[in-house]
This record gives sequence, C-alpha cells and structure tokens, in this order.
Amino acid sequence: MPQTKFAPWDDPNQKPLIRFENVTKRFGDFTAIEALTLDIYEREFFALLGPSGCGKTTMMRMLAGFEAPTSGRIELQGQDIASVPPNKRAVNMMFQSYALFPHLTIWDNIAFGLRRDRMPKHDLADRVEEMLKLVRLEQFARRKPHQISGGQRQRVALARSLAKAPKLLLLDEPLGALDKKLRQDTQFELMDIQEKTGTTFVIVTHDQEEAMTVASRVAVMDQGALMQVDTPEQIYEAPNSVYVADFIGDVNIIAGTAQPDADGVVMLNRAEGATPLRTRSEIAFAPGQPCHLAIRPEKIAISAERPEAADNMLQGKVMDIAYIGNLFTYHVELPDGSVIKAQTANTKRLASRSFTWEEPVWIAWTDSAGVLLDR
Amino acid sequence: MRLSWFNVTSLTLGFAFLYLPMVILVIYSFNESKLVTVWAGFSTRWYGELFSNEAFLDAAWVTLKVAVVSSSFATVLGTMAAYVLVRGGRFMGRTLFSGMIYAPLVMPEVITGLSLLLLFIGIGLDRGVLTVVLAHTTFSMCYVSVVVSSRLMTFDRSLEEAALDLGCSPWDAFRLVTLPIIAPAVISGWLLAFTLSLDDLVIASFTTGPSATTLPIKIFSAVRLGVSPEINALSTIMIGLVTIGVLTASLATKRNALRQKKDAQAAARAA
Ligand SMILES: Nc1ncnc2c1ncn2[C@@H]1O[C@H](COP(=O)(O)OP(=O)(O)OP(=O)(O)O)[C@@H](O)[C@H]1O
Ligand SMILES: [Mg+2]
Repeated sequence: MPQTKFAPWDDPNQKPLIRFENVTKRFGDFTAIEALTLDIYEREFFALLGPSGCGKTTMMRMLAGFEAPTSGRIELQGQDIASVPPNKRAVNMMFQSYALFPHLTIWDNIAFGLRRDRMPKHDLADRVEEMLKLVRLEQFARRKPHQISGGQRQRVALARSLAKAPKLLLLDEPLGALDKKLRQDTQFELMDIQEKTGTTFVIVTHDQEEAMTVASRVAVMDQGALMQVDTPEQIYEAPNSVYVADFIGDVNIIAGTAQPDADGVVMLNRAEGATPLRTRSEIAFAPGQPCHLAIRPEKIAISAERPEAADNMLQGKVMDIAYIGNLFTYHVELPDGSVIKAQTANTKRLASRSFTWEEPVWIAWTDSAGVLLDR
Repeated sequence: MRLSWFNVTSLTLGFAFLYLPMVILVIYSFNESKLVTVWAGFSTRWYGELFSNEAFLDAAWVTLKVAVVSSSFATVLGTMAAYVLVRGGRFMGRTLFSGMIYAPLVMPEVITGLSLLLLFIGIGLDRGVLTVVLAHTTFSMCYVSVVVSSRLMTFDRSLEEAALDLGCSPWDAFRLVTLPIIAPAVISGWLLAFTLSLDDLVIASFTTGPSATTLPIKIFSAVRLGVSPEINALSTIMIGLVTIGVLTASLATKRNALRQKKDAQAAARAA
C-alpha cells in the first residue's frame, strides 16, 4: 500500500465530520463568532489558535451543545445538531476551568462518565486505572480535587474527558498549566491516543509551538473570524496575511510598495533611495500596490563580509543579541533605523565567529525566503 | 488585649439586654413556689408536672409533626423554585416571579394567616394539622428559596455542563452533581423552615382548628390565664434544645472549614 499523506481536506470526495456553515454567534449585541464556515475531518487533530477573547471557547461550546448558534448550521456527520442536547452528543469536552466535581474523588471524577454508560464494574475499574496511569496520578486517586495542585487538576480533567473515548474530543487549553517536560509527554500521549483510537481532536491552545507539534491543521482566529486554516507547515511557511505571519513564530515584516517584474518576481520598494527587495510571489501585485514582506529570522543569513551573490543584501549593525538554547538571534539595525532579526544556529561554534554589539554586518536572503502579502 | 472601660460597659449592657430575661426564666423554672415571682428554693418539681401534662405533650407532638412535614415540603418546593429562578434562563415574567417569591418575607404574618384562612374556608378544607402544615409550607418555602438561590448564584455552572457532557440527563446532573454540592444550603434551609414552623404563633392560630393545637398556641393561651412555672420549665427545655442545635451546627461548620484548610495546605505541599 502506498503511503498516502493524511489530507482529507484536499479530497473533494471526503465528507467532513464537523461542518460549520456560516455560523454567527451573538451575546446581546456583541458578536463573538461572525459568519464562520469551517470543515473538520475525521481523525484530524485540529488546533484553534488565537488571542484571548477571539471566540475559541465559544466555538467549542457550540460543538458540545452549551450554546446555540444565533444563525447558521453546525453539522456532525452530515446531521444538523441544533436539536441534539449535550448529553446525547458523542462529544466530550475538557473545560478550560476543568469543572471537576468537588464532592467526588479523583477516581470517581474519572469514572463519572463511564458510570452513565452503565459500564460493567470490572471494565470500569480497569479503564479508570488506565486513565490514572496515563496522566500519572495513580497515587492521588482517593483525593478530592481541592487536595491536589493546579497542574494535577488539569490532568484529571483531561483524563475524565478521555475516559469515554468519544468520537470527537474538545480540549480547551488542555496542557496550559503543565511544565514543559510533562506537557511534551502529554502531547505525544495525545497524538498516540489519536493514532490508536481514531478520535477526532479539536484543541484550543495559546501555545503555537504546541499547535505546530500536534496539529494536522491549524486555524488562526481573530475576533470571531478565521484568518487562515491550513497545515502547520503552510501556516508557517506561507501565511496569508501579516496577522497570521505575526501571530505564528517570529517574523520580520517589511512594508513597501510593489513593483512587478518578470517571472513572478516582485520588487518591493521601501523608502526613497533604499535598495528594492526582490521576492518571488505566488500572488500578483499591481504596480504601486502597498504590500508587506514577511520573512522568518532563520531565513536571513548574517555575515561580516559582503556576500558574493545574493538576491537581497543589506548592510547594518548589530544592535542586540539574544541567545536561546542553541540559537543566536541578532537584531540588526539598518541605516534607516528599522530593525531586522536574523537567526543562526550555533552548530559549529568554533568555526563561525559570532558578532558583537555595534559591529557592522551584512544580512542576505534569497528571493524565495519570504512571502509577499497584500494584507 | 484588654478591653477599655467603655467597651466593657457596652458589652455588658448589650448582653444583659439580650439574655437577662432568659436567665431569669431559667432560674424561675427551678423555683419551688407556685408563684412565679417569689423564690422559695430549688426544685425540679415543675419539670415533673410538665411531663405528666397530657395537653402540653400532645401540643408538643403536633408541633413537631407539623414542623418536620412542613419544613420538608418547603425545602423541596423552595429548592425547586430557587433552581428555576436562578437557572431557568430568561423566560417571560422571570423578574416578576423572583420578586413574588420574596413577597411573603415582608408580608405581615397576620395578612398571610388571614388570607390562608379565607382560602381554606373558601375551598371547604377542615382546619386541623393539614391546614397548618400547608400554611407553614407556604410561608417557609420562600425562606428556603432565598437561602438556596443565594448558594446557586455562586455555583459554578460549568460543573453541570460537565455532567451533561459526560452523559447525564438534566435530572441526573441535578441529582448527582448540583444537589450534593448545594446540600449544606438545602439543609440550612430545612433547619430555618423547621424553626420558623416550631415557633410560629400567628399563622398557626389563624389556620388551625380545635383538633390541632401547637405548642406556641398552647403556651400563649396558658399564659393568658396566668404564667405557671410549668411554662418556665417548658421554655427552659426549648432554650436548651436550641442552644445545643446552634452549637452543633457552628462547631460542625468550623471543623469543616478547618479540615478544608488543612487539605489545601497538604495539597500545596504535595505539589
Ligand atoms: N455568555 C456570554 N455572554 C456574553 N459574552 C460572552 C459570553 N461568552 C463569551 N462571551 C464573549 O465572547 C468572546 C469570545 O469568548 P471566548 O470565551 O470564546 O474567548 P476565547 O477565545 O476562548 O478566549 P480565551 O483564550 O481567553 O479563553 C469574548 O469577548 C467574551 O467576552
Ligand atoms: Mg477560552
């Protein structure tokens, strides 16, 4: 069997598991979600990313059945779910506030949903133990929620929502309170569960690195609207707007006006007298159209001498140096006062000489390193 | 810290004002003499007479029955009303309803009693234990509803949502999640309704018949013929019961709070 890439969204014959059709949600006269259309496919690990208050939880709550859309349709497996109450939906949600039952022990919290399904006692006990083990809380099983720490509570909430192995699992910031190590472990556990059970995950996160690691697709939201829905690579490499480029990862944004050239090449004119910047662009620009070049710091090379040949090169001086892990980020100030970030990996530590403050340097990049954006 | 002269005086005056009448009553309940105002030595004679007085014992039994039954009904109805008013979402006339549920709190008891009396006569219900129970249920359920709804207002809605999400029907969510958590408020509502019923005189006298004399009515009519030391003994017993009840309740609350604090500290240490 040939290894096909998992990309049901590219296949016109695939039916989506969830379909938001022109969904609007208003609270009074405040619009939380505006005319949103979105398909999510079975077995996806779908990440919702966006600033606080942009409507991520509201979308989850509409899927779980706690809020009804003001207008538009939400379909689950082709069925309009407007009339299905939350307890009849094959959907489980992990609440942002955890919503653990304070009067029950950790064990009983996790068993709660299984008991509602009248699972036989023995299977139930096995399942709860399995969940406790997964989130590493075996020794806390007999405690009440107020007797454990915040991160432990978060893990209980996660275990409780996973226990029923639902078709669709909604996780509202499931790992926010965990330390980096445990968070990464849990991310891999989640991906593993997803692989094994075929559950569809919709996950809200503030952590873009997490979205990039776990998600099959990422939706970047702003003020109740989807800005871009795409694979993590596409979102990172080919953002469709300055907003998305800026939201995901570190980026340099250079503003100017377009001057189309042959072969899909567009020159970006900055200020009067500044060297135009050369970029290959998928989208066409009209001459003089305002545009922005978005380029990631790691795509920019930095050197002491003038590079032999490069599509774009600029001279500046080092203003600031940040060292994170094995990466150096240089903030290079251009003659016009703007600052460009360039990043180099610290692999051959002895060979490559590092630069110091105020040192004049050259930065250079190819014409396919960045993307030119019209909004 | 030492209290100043002024504070000592005001504290003494305040407490004397509150408790002196009761202290005198308790002391005179152990009086040998039949004359309530003349001290003739210590004796428990009136307690003995009290317990052989059929009329008082009957009245006590009626009062207890009425209090238990009416406070239980009031708790169920009051909790239901509170739940709908806090959780029912916005329905037509909700503000009107929540205003109306509090009205009996401020209504003079005479009016409540009178209107109930007219109602019972109107529908031809014989006055007795049943009518007193109904009347007490009516006026004490709004107290329960006030207590319970103030608890429900601070209740985290997402707990119920989580229960629904995990497959509970709305009734199961209430029974398995909401009720156990708000139980302390429901119990205090019951206790409140119980005490209200126990010492109600006005409404009971409007709605009762000859077959059902409650203790307050009995005491009141006995006192009109002159205060007998038996009444003092009875009152002392009631003061004793109430004191024990209040002390137990507050001790339990205190112990609970202490345990919670210890648990929280243990959790902080474990984390
Ligand atoms: N019940 C409600 N009544 C009124 N406004 C609401 C209600 N629920 C949410 N909102 C508003 O809708 C917007 C979106 O809220 P939502 O909870 O979906 O944000 P979010 O993206 O989950 O944010 P965060 O990342 O902080 O959790 C917010 O501005 C919020 O104030
Ligand atoms: Mg949220």
